[in-house]
Amino acid sequence: MDILKLANVSKIYGSVKALYEANMSVAGGEWLAIMGPSGSGKTTMMNIIGCMDRPTSGSVLLDGTDVSGLSAPELTHIRRDKIGLIFQQFHLISYLTAVENVMVAQYYHSMTDEGEALRALARVGLEDRAGHLPRQLSGGEQQRVCIARALINYPKLILADEPTGNLDETNEGIVIDIFRRLHGEGSSIIVVTHDPEVAEVTDRTVFLEHGRIAKTVSNR
Amino acid sequence: MFLRMLTGAISRQKARALTIALAMALGASLATSMLNVMLDVGDKVNQELKAYGANLTVVPRSASIMGDLYGDAGGNRKAEKFLAEDELPKLKTIFWAFNIVDYTPYLDVTASVTGPKGTFDAPVSGVWFDRRFDAPTGEAVETGVIRMKSWWRLEGDWPAEDASQCVVGANLASKLGVVVGDTLNAAAKKSETVTASGIFHSGGDEDDALFAPLAVAQRIAGKPGLVSRIEVSALTTPENELARRAAQNPNSLSRHEWDTWYCTAYISSIAYQIEEVVTGARAKPVLSVAEGEGAILRKTQLLMLLLTVLCLACSALAISNLVTASVMERGAEIGLLEAVGASRFDVSALILAEALVTTLTGGAVGYFAGRVFAQIIGRSVFGSPINSNALVPPLVAVLVTAVTIAGSLPAIRLLMSMKPAETLRG
Ligand SMILES: Nc1ncnc2c1ncn2[C@@H]1O[C@H](COP(=O)(O)OP(=O)(O)OP(=O)(O)O)[C@@H](O)[C@H]1O
Ligand SMILES: [Mg+2]
Repeated sequence: MDILKLANVSKIYGSVKALYEANMSVAGGEWLAIMGPSGSGKTTMMNIIGCMDRPTSGSVLLDGTDVSGLSAPELTHIRRDKIGLIFQQFHLISYLTAVENVMVAQYYHSMTDEGEALRALARVGLEDRAGHLPRQLSGGEQQRVCIARALINYPKLILADEPTGNLDETNEGIVIDIFRRLHGEGSSIIVVTHDPEVAEVTDRTVFLEHGRIAKTVSNR
Repeated sequence: MFLRMLTGAISRQKARALTIALAMALGASLATSMLNVMLDVGDKVNQELKAYGANLTVVPRSASIMGDLYGDAGGNRKAEKFLAEDELPKLKTIFWAFNIVDYTPYLDVTASVTGPKGTFDAPVSGVWFDRRFDAPTGEAVETGVIRMKSWWRLEGDWPAEDASQCVVGANLASKLGVVVGDTLNAAAKKSETVTASGIFHSGGDEDDALFAPLAVAQRIAGKPGLVSRIEVSALTTPENELARRAAQNPNSLSRHEWDTWYCTAYISSIAYQIEEVVTGARAKPVLSVAEGEGAILRKTQLLMLLLTVLCLACSALAISNLVTASVMERGAEIGLLEAVGASRFDVSALILAEALVTTLTGGAVGYFAGRVFAQIIGRSVFGSPINSNALVPPLVAVLVTAVTIAGSLPAIRLLMSMKPAETLRG
């Protein structure tokens, strides 16, 4: 079954068609890359899929639920249960330690469990940095904390908007390896990237241009 | 986790938290001092009103019996005027006799009082303590200071009505070194040894005086059968226009109005009737003075209330500014919380809790500062210390909470209108 199905999804800001008539499906367990020039609507699309924003028109079937017409509280609910978000700018809470940043996601999902949060950090190789504040971590380490945070509630779909955009090659490699492992464990992942090398390791790449899906290429 | 986020967020924004706390501390300190002053001064004036439990004083009119006629040489003193003791029962013969609840004569004399610690000049008042007699109308009357000064605190006993005993005001007693049961000597015209049967605390000027049975004071003063004044407490009907006109000049009323006035228990008609029966008496309502004070107090309290409200409104404005700035600055953090599943309500609760923790801390500091201010105001304006009212801390806590919530509303409105998708882009 498809984890995600977009049908004629548009997002229009006045005269700007940030996303226009997008049709796309993602199968469960699939790893998808989205590429396209700046301003082509990649983040817009990710926000709609991630229940952070609502489309102007069209339907978004997420794990069998149409989320396109839901209210903000309903979207919060779905996002909490089904989505794991990773950002280019990390967005860690600066006054909380690494493990606490992971636990914030647990707190708003259900209840905090420090042991489990530490295990999530261990999965991204950061068990020994659990007590560090974000400013005491390198960019790559911060992004790994974000991944641990995105994974902690077992989301149906992991959305990563340019996760390696602020990282050097070594750290990019580490992050991609983590995604590869998650993919191997059966996670559904959508990753936005400018880097063809990143796109190459995914199952399929969707190209956006001026808000439209220009083409879809299988990497297998 | 919530607590951790709370403390983390507050300690990260120390400077802003401090400013918010300060804004609240200022508001709370003013509110505290105003409330303390307001509540305490209210009590003080109430006490005074009670002290005027007597609402009429009867004093000699200018053309009354001269002290000299009774053999007082007078010396270089002005001719004192007195009322006659044997006319006192007449008060119970007036039209509104039954409205006269209690009354007592006073003979005031300054005497040299000698106690264990020495001799001091002190005011001595001769009064009725517990006088029982049959009025000319046949009514059995029981009256005196014991009934009229019901709020006085007494150690020991009241003097027996005609015994050589007295009660000493607390201040005078400590000056003289007198304890209950001691004997004192009081001397003016004549000297007499009296036993202090009790020591009283009136909370007023009487604490510096000595109260003795009327006959004792008359002997000391050498003024048998004379009284300086009478304190009367009477049940009265509230004043109205008619009563005010009558009080100015009863002769200005029409026949019909005069009848109405005379047959209503206005304080002015009772006073008029007392003057009719007691020779050379002038009866003055006391309550009107207290009422005037009451009106000024109410206005002062209103002003203070207004000031407190304004001040709290300023605090609310300052808090509103600061909390809104904080929310705007933390857009990304708020967007992130929503991205990991916090609802708007969750985020609002966090922001409100942050504000409340900060303002309640500031409010507590302000409360203690306010108590100090209240003392300063009490000393400099009212000349007496201000008691801290137990009602004030909860009241201030409620005010601080209300002000914080009101001040945080704009920030929460802003928060509700923020889109996580947009805040996270920044
Ligand atoms: N809130 C908004 N109001 C108006 N226009 C917007 C808004 N958000 C996005 N846009 C526009 O929509 C278009 C798509 O933006 P989007 O952020 O999705 O691009 P992107 O593909 O993520 O670009 P980048 O690679 O630079 O991140 C852009 O032209 C942008 O200016
Ligand atoms: Mg983007």
